[in-house]
Amino acid sequence: MIYLHNIGTYFIMIKDIFRRPTKWSVMKPLILKDIDDLIIGSLGIVAFISFFVGGVVAIQTSLNMTSPLMPKYLVGFATRQSIILEFAPTFISIIMAGKVGSFITSSIGTMRVTEQIDALEVMGINAINYLVFPKFIALTLYPFVISIAMFLGILGGLVACVYGGYGTMEDYIEGVKMDFIPFHFIYAFVKTFVFAFLLATIPSYYGYFMKGGALEVGKASTTSFVWTSVMIILVNFLLTSLLLG
Amino acid sequence: MIEVKDLHKSFGDAHILKGITTSFEKGKTNLIIGQSGSGKTVFLKCLLGLFEYEEGSISYDGKIFSKLSPNEKRALRAEIGMVFQGSALFDSMTIAENVMFPLRMFTKQSKSEMEDRVNVVLNRVNLPDAHKKMPSEASGGMQKRVAIARAIVNNPKYLFCDEPNSGLDPKTAIVIDNLIQEITDEFNIITVINSHDMNSVMEIGEKIVFLKDGLKAWEGSNKTIFKTDNEVVTDFVYSSNLFKKVRKMYLEESD
Repeated sequence: MIYLHNIGTYFIMIKDIFRRPTKWSVMKPLILKDIDDLIIGSLGIVAFISFFVGGVVAIQTSLNMTSPLMPKYLVGFATRQSIILEFAPTFISIIMAGKVGSFITSSIGTMRVTEQIDALEVMGINAINYLVFPKFIALTLYPFVISIAMFLGILGGLVACVYGGYGTMEDYIEGVKMDFIPFHFIYAFVKTFVFAFLLATIPSYYGYFMKGGALEVGKASTTSFVWTSVMIILVNFLLTSLLLG
Repeated sequence: MIEVKDLHKSFGDAHILKGITTSFEKGKTNLIIGQSGSGKTVFLKCLLGLFEYEEGSISYDGKIFSKLSPNEKRALRAEIGMVFQGSALFDSMTIAENVMFPLRMFTKQSKSEMEDRVNVVLNRVNLPDAHKKMPSEASGGMQKRVAIARAIVNNPKYLFCDEPNSGLDPKTAIVIDNLIQEITDEFNIITVINSHDMNSVMEIGEKIVFLKDGLKAWEGSNKTIFKTDNEVVTDFVYSSNLFKKVRKMYLEESD
């Protein structure tokens, strides 16, 4: 029963994100701040992880290609497919559920604990629109982060492959270019947009509707990370079945 | 005038407010007092429209809050200023930005007009040089004064304060009390304060509503509270030896 209640409250919150919008002059700086916090602030960790995971994917693929009949360009091909189809959109989104999600939950949750949300409501402001809409807009730039993750993942694979002695640059690039299906990009970015929506709304829900004090802010951040990750995995399965199945 | 009639509020099986009827007049500092758990905060949040109630009515100058359209409610809320217990300043904004916030949200003033108004109210609360500080850099007393400045910046008709003195030293608490009373007189507004600070009761309680177990147990002023025989009130207000002595002296003097 409690799950039904939570789901209902979540969808009502989503409706409220777009209701009674805050004045643009107030909203604009909030959006820019959230772009800085959520998008620009995440580029470093995303770049670091993407580059090295791309390298690991290339090394693992190469080490598992034991048959001499398998062409060397398969390393580039397998790395590209892994990075574009799953690693960049899904794996990075789960990392972002931890980084961005817990930031959103704890910042909104702290505003709840310190009565800042009550202050907004007393003034007659739609607090959900004021707090969540800028995050939603900021995260529409999330595909930009994922594009960087894709590029750096493939580049990391190339560097690991060439400098680790697992293959030549020509083989790797040939593999990356081989049998390229543009729809895979569409699939990856459709997922990315949906995950961006989940990343903006689920942590906001847990922050906005939390009750209690500082300890509960920590608990809400953890719960938000768990549920955002679960939803990303489930939606990933659903979208993959629908778009590629 | 704010009129409350037979207000009932429950959370599940817990009946918190059990039919409160009272009124708060213009130009007066009205205090709601009572023990912890007596329903003061729930009552205040019902007055502010943060909680919906099951029965009864609250009217602001004749307008019954629950019967107002969403637009009318928003217009009414723009006339309300609120000072929260923990000040509730937006910690991502400077003090000047905090005070300017209601102006940015509800008025079409130019930036210079807003800045002028912010200067006026920050001067009024004796914080002329605090504009660029962040709330975390301000002391508890300063934060309360900023919260008062933010509450009055848009010329409200109604000012609500939830425990404005909590966590403050006695001297600062008196400064805050006096500031609230001066503002009430100066702007001729209705001020409702939720408090268990007995100094506030004695100093600025032009009207006092005493709540016990969700009911109004007594109503009067800082003048009549000394003379009341109501045991529930005397047990609470004169629980300390100091206040017992103060009361005794007051009654002896008035005899």
